[in-house]
Amino acid sequence: MTSNPSAVSVITGNKAAAEAARLARVQVVAAYPITPQSQVVEALASYVETGLLNAEFITVESEHSAMGVCIGASIGGSRVFTASSANGLAYMCEQLSWAAGSRLPIVMGCANRAMSAPWNVLNDQQDAMSQRDQGWIQLYCRDNQEIFDTFLQAFRLAEEVHLPVMVCYDGFILSHTVMPVEIPTQEEVDAFLPPFQSSTIVDLADPRNINPVTLANPRGNVEGTLCHGYMEFRSMMQRAHVDALTAIDRIDEEFASQFGRRTGGTTRSYLLEDAEVVLMAAGSLASEATVAADFLREKGVAAGVLGLRSYRPFPVEKVVAQLKNARLVTVFDKSLSYGYGGPIFIDTQAALFASEKRPQMHSYIAGLGGRDIKARELADAAQSSLDWLNEDKGPKEAQWLNLQL
Amino acid sequence: MTDSMIEIRWHGRGGQGAVTSANMLADAAYRAGFKGVMSMPTFGAERRGAPITASTRLSREALRFFSQVEFPDIVIVLDDSLMNSPATVHGLVPDGFLLVNSAVDPASLDTGVDYRIAVTDANTIAKEVGLMISGAPMVNTAMLGAIAKATGIIGLDHIETAMAGAFSKAAVSRNFEAACKAYEQTVCLFCSEGKK
Repeated sequence: MTSNPSAVSVITGNKAAAEAARLARVQVVAAYPITPQSQVVEALASYVETGLLNAEFITVESEHSAMGVCIGASIGGSRVFTASSANGLAYMCEQLSWAAGSRLPIVMGCANRAMSAPWNVLNDQQDAMSQRDQGWIQLYCRDNQEIFDTFLQAFRLAEEVHLPVMVCYDGFILSHTVMPVEIPTQEEVDAFLPPFQSSTIVDLADPRNINPVTLANPRGNVEGTLCHGYMEFRSMMQRAHVDALTAIDRIDEEFASQFGRRTGGTTRSYLLEDAEVVLMAAGSLASEATVAADFLREKGVAAGVLGLRSYRPFPVEKVVAQLKNARLVTVFDKSLSYGYGGPIFIDTQAALFASEKRPQMHSYIAGLGGRDIKARELADAAQSSLDWLNEDKGPKEAQWLNLQL
Repeated sequence: MTDSMIEIRWHGRGGQGAVTSANMLADAAYRAGFKGVMSMPTFGAERRGAPITASTRLSREALRFFSQVEFPDIVIVLDDSLMNSPATVHGLVPDGFLLVNSAVDPASLDTGVDYRIAVTDANTIAKEVGLMISGAPMVNTAMLGAIAKATGIIGLDHIETAMAGAFSKAAVSRNFEAACKAYEQTVCLFCSEGKK
């Protein structure tokens, strides 16, 4: 039996997040506890208390205030970190938009949890998906190593493209589950992630009045210089998002050349080259689906997996290129846009519309409120979709996996 | 139990440290050479004294799935009053290990199913080494020694390494002593009666 490397710790996803923030040398942490995220900031509070991390830990009375502190500290020139889940994230909502519109490189963790009511603290991805349009980059992690690696990449990304990044990982399934995580040294992390260089103009030695009000059209400032209107700012934010797609993949390449492992950047594929059937998902489900693909391959079905890592920006070209030659794509969403369908399904279908060649697509809603999902159930679902196709039954309604109504 | 994958379910009561021990078992198994290890609490509303479970999954290959354990190869019971619940051995595979913290004769736990039963009096061990919190013996770490003895999937050295990662030096000393005592004192029914 070969021995395992000693630089590996067997830790929870929350601990992996805290370790990444520590090694990223975050300077300000402001957060409010909520299950299943609380352990992240508990760990960071203890790092600050014991001197392991030279940062200011600011206790606040709510998630809204937590993000407010992060915004202020980021404008002031600090590398900042926070984390939340579900109702806490929802309470941050107004400030999330402010952080993105201000183009601040804030990195936050979201330990994904179901939204109430009914009350539930367990995993699905409704919380982050509900904040989709606030202007944050959203990256989804498959396992605890990927949580650690994604956070390190997120700081690089946020500070390069001037957008806040939400690193999403499944509550409990990853946040509270221990697994091996390789933790690099501080020197190795420093070589990948240089100190934060602020690009804001707030300076105590040079006080000034910054009027954040913009009107419909560009207008001159007090010095007569023509300044952007609201639409110009928002157009630039959209451009930054689209450009971030290449930055996400490039930063992962650089990460891989230094650390010898990769997250996949915007997407992560498994056995896609010759895949007739593709299972698509985000987060830990994208990992579980690779086991389902193996089951299907054992039965002679050419199955593969497209794991979506970046949900916003949505990697349209990469998704289309990897799916257009498949015969069938089954999308497993852990959230729902009520009144329509699974968000990843909807977006993927839209992305493929302009492609001349495109697969049939079936939607599955799975794992809401912590409902267990087994790899063989994913395989059975994909097989039933394939049978449906072979029997030429036409369009298929979205199926709810394991629904017991 | 296949050579490539071992699934373990822990049964205890809130406050007994089942989750801590489950995590340490994953760590110890990693040190013993398993590439894929994970340990997870069962996700529910926990409170002190209520029955709780945790799971550990060990594999020779990296693990890619996270779904809950259905058919454990090993069931570890921290409180023998939980033996009254059918949920405790639910799904335990034939020939699987049933490790119970109890002072009773292991034969009295034999239900006729072909489990490999082992018993450790972890309450007494915890009292002997001074592992008491609020008057209650902390039995979880002794049970790691019982696992090493009964199943052989980890060694005492791996347990000590895992404890060093989780506890202070003083705590490692007492907890490791408990594990060593349990290793010595675990009574395996399958050994004495020549079962597999």
